[in-house]
Amino acid sequence: MENKLIILLVIILGAIAVAQLVRIYEISSKLRKNAEHEISNRDNNLNGRMMFGFMFLMFAFFIYLMQVYGWTGRGSAASDEGVEMDWLLNLNFVIISAMFFFTNFLLFYFTWKYVRKPGVPAYYYPHNNKLEMIWTVIPAIILAVIIILGLQTWNNLTGPTTPEAEKIELFSKQFDWTARYSGADNTLGLYDYKLTLDNNELALLTTNTIDSSLNNMLYGLTGIRSLQKLLNNRDTIFSDSTLNVLKIDLSRKERLYRFLAQMKEYHNPNLDASAWDDIIQKDTLYLCKGQEYEIVLRAKDVIHSAYFPHFRAQMNAVPGMATRMKFTPNKTTKEMRQEKNEESFNYVLMCNKICGGAHYKMKMIVVVLDRPAYKKWMDGKKKVTFKDQYFPVAAAPTTPADTTAVTMN
Amino acid sequence: MASHDAHAHGHHDEHHHHEENFISKYIFSQDHKMIGKQFLMTAVFMGLVAMMLSILFRIQLAWPGESSDFLSFFLGEKWAPNGVLKEDMYLGLVTIHGTIMVFFLLTGGLSGTFSNILIPLQLGARDMASGFLNMLSFWGFAISSLIMLISLFVESGPAMAGWTVYPPLSALPQAVSGSGFGMTLWLISMTIFIASSLIGSLNYIVTIINLRTQGMTMTRMPLTIWAFFVTAILGVLSFPVLLSAALLLTMDRLMGTSFYLSDIIVGGEMLTNHGGSPILYQHLFWFLGHPEVYIVLLPALGLSSEIIATNSRKPIFGYKAMIGSILAIGFLSFIVWGHHMFVTGMNPFLGSVFVFTTLLIAIPSAVKVFNYITTLWKGSLVLTPAMLFAIGLVSTFITGGVTGIILADSALDIMLHDTYFVVAHFHIVMGMSAVFGMFAGVYHWFSKMFGRMMNTRLGYAHFWVTLIGAYGVFFPMHFVGLAGAPRRYYDYSAYSEFDNNSFQLMVDLNQIITVFAIIAAVGQVLFLFNFFYSIFRGPVAPQNPWNSTTLEWTTPVEHIHGNWPGELPTVHRWPYDYSKPGAAQDFITQVTPLEEGEEEH
Repeated sequence: MENKLIILLVIILGAIAVAQLVRIYEISSKLRKNAEHEISNRDNNLNGRMMFGFMFLMFAFFIYLMQVYGWTGRGSAASDEGVEMDWLLNLNFVIISAMFFFTNFLLFYFTWKYVRKPGVPAYYYPHNNKLEMIWTVIPAIILAVIIILGLQTWNNLTGPTTPEAEKIELFSKQFDWTARYSGADNTLGLYDYKLTLDNNELALLTTNTIDSSLNNMLYGLTGIRSLQKLLNNRDTIFSDSTLNVLKIDLSRKERLYRFLAQMKEYHNPNLDASAWDDIIQKDTLYLCKGQEYEIVLRAKDVIHSAYFPHFRAQMNAVPGMATRMKFTPNKTTKEMRQEKNEESFNYVLMCNKICGGAHYKMKMIVVVLDRPAYKKWMDGKKKVTFKDQYFPVAAAPTTPADTTAVTMN
Repeated sequence: MASHDAHAHGHHDEHHHHEENFISKYIFSQDHKMIGKQFLMTAVFMGLVAMMLSILFRIQLAWPGESSDFLSFFLGEKWAPNGVLKEDMYLGLVTIHGTIMVFFLLTGGLSGTFSNILIPLQLGARDMASGFLNMLSFWGFAISSLIMLISLFVESGPAMAGWTVYPPLSALPQAVSGSGFGMTLWLISMTIFIASSLIGSLNYIVTIINLRTQGMTMTRMPLTIWAFFVTAILGVLSFPVLLSAALLLTMDRLMGTSFYLSDIIVGGEMLTNHGGSPILYQHLFWFLGHPEVYIVLLPALGLSSEIIATNSRKPIFGYKAMIGSILAIGFLSFIVWGHHMFVTGMNPFLGSVFVFTTLLIAIPSAVKVFNYITTLWKGSLVLTPAMLFAIGLVSTFITGGVTGIILADSALDIMLHDTYFVVAHFHIVMGMSAVFGMFAGVYHWFSKMFGRMMNTRLGYAHFWVTLIGAYGVFFPMHFVGLAGAPRRYYDYSAYSEFDNNSFQLMVDLNQIITVFAIIAAVGQVLFLFNFFYSIFRGPVAPQNPWNSTTLEWTTPVEHIHGNWPGELPTVHRWPYDYSKPGAAQDFITQVTPLEEGEEEH
């Protein structure tokens, strides 16, 4: 409370101080008998000099920042694509820095040089088509170079992957990432968000997951049956608003149930295998140096963005659609640690699209291994596929296949 | 002249009959000069609020997690328990800061203020085409400002999805608390704002086309008017699209439609929405969003053209090229919106088209910069505060513009998208340039608005603090972005877990930025004081303080309804006859007939 008073006091005193300052100015300007619109030569020259001086200050600040904080604080690029992009960025940076220095210099230099001098009139110079032509054509040529180089890189970056590319899905939700490796067949199993359950967080599509979702929708704790029971119980009296919420919830679940029933109708069981061998990985994403990756992105709730600053890769994950990106890591974590001379360094995957309160915490550590180490890790992982997770004890699936239409009450 | 006088008296007598009372003069005024001032006052207030919000979150960024009395003073226990800002409120502050700055300060404040004041005065019109619509336009603006401010005090917090309010985040209250009532207020406020802006823009266009005085051909209009003209057209064509985006979002929020929503599970609840696309919203939003940049920037460039020519005592270099580049920028601004969406999953081929169109904009922009510089060349510069701000604008326009070349390059945007590099880029090129233009305009036309002069010395002090503050804030910010720091992060503690060097860099730079931001913010007190003090106590202004050629300086200092006593002036020449060889003075007003044998420029 005291501190608040002090803050208030500081604000008030500050205002009074400025007021006093102004009065002094007022009085002094009255003494000078200079009207406000008549800028004295002294003021004019002083400001002209200060402008030119400011330019040097600004340039020095820029160069200092370049020196200290370097081209990029991210360190060198850790993917093949990143190396190409860094080259392009550096080239562009040189061009724009030149433009920045050149035009700002002219601007501030002229401001100082051509400040009003008594008796020297301004030079009447309304237009010159040749000059206009020059500064239309030269930027156009420079831009043409930038565009051509940029689009070449862009096409490389967004083009199709080679058949050797390994497919990984990154699944995003508030506020973490889950990776899904495509397993032995290098094919990601299909999914449908309606299949999301506690033991199927990524909503993979198999005959069994459809069945258990149907079952859960009907008989689950907050399933259709229990809702119906609740609503039909004559001993309970709900307020109108609660009743409304429950009814909406029920009709929503009935719709979802019908969708699921349709899904079961059209499901091709042959596709199950591609999902069963998928490997779900949390916490840390392991990648292999020199391996091309095709990353498919999915979002559960809102838009997220998969941002790998060191690989110079980024793509949004959008609910309701799949997006993709590709990159090839070219330095293991170990190599990068040596290069940066920092033992605790790690690659990272961050969320770079505002997604809620804890947006800033949404990240996943990325480890790049060399091929033997990666293979070893992967072999271990292949023992715990989605199927193994889904059926923890090696038992046959036993789900009631009650897909008859829900009876409405 | 004798006949003019007779008319003047006649006109005056007529006006004594409807003496204006306080309400019709100051509140529900239909006079363009008063409406312009109303816009300015509202915008200055909104700008102050938005600046304060930015200081609050800058404190969090520089000293994350540290208890601050300043924060608890302004945000209280609810949003800053123990003086530490809450994550949700951080997003709320960022969102409302952006919204107010872009729409309420730089659109309403810049185009609203100066279009209103200068269009009739520089064209030789008695008032806007429709004074009543003009009044509605201001009141729409005032009401929408009020609603936006109220949204800050809603229990669940203001909108928190960033100023672009991308769905699904902005559509789902389960995703973030601000997407509840706060977001509803945001949408209501923006809807009213858009309506107000449309009415205003249509009025500006009609006035410029129809109410030019005799002799004021389109190619004799000052560049300010050209800028306002193109700005108004951009507004009319693009704001309705934002309205449609907001409308669809409202329907998704309230009526269960699925324009932007598909396959979502949020807060444990499985939604049945299917088939919508969040990308659709982004297309609609940026179809306004990019022209909006130029709606903000063109008036600032227009004002500075006028100020630079006047205070260089030289004609603006390449008048026709300047008009051409304004038109080119206006046209191109409609076909570049996709450069905000390179990494959203938009078709890469479409992306490459947008790269091409976006980089094209650099050409007319470069033309403008070189024309400004050539205008200064061999001038006789009078460095008034307005002139300094106008030159500062050209500098920030260059500095921010060149980084746009990098961001427009889709291949480079991949790694810089949504980092602080983007934040630094648009703040300096759009924010600072437009703010500098606005200050320049206020210092230059203050005497026209209030009949008094501002204090020049305070103006200088204000300029220097602002210029140094602007570069001090936004230069280092580029490097935070180059280091890969994502924007809209509450803090960068995540970095300490994987890269200590980068973490340290961000902490250092963020502190530098915040210190400069606070200095610049405190420096604005100089302006506020000068502004309000001079309204009441400033020395009375002469009729034409800057020895300018344009029509507004031929009106009497005392504001009168209808602007000119007696007949409207007749225009005989272009607005930039400064230091014309053979002339007696270094300026020839537009109402001066051509001498025998004299050629128009």
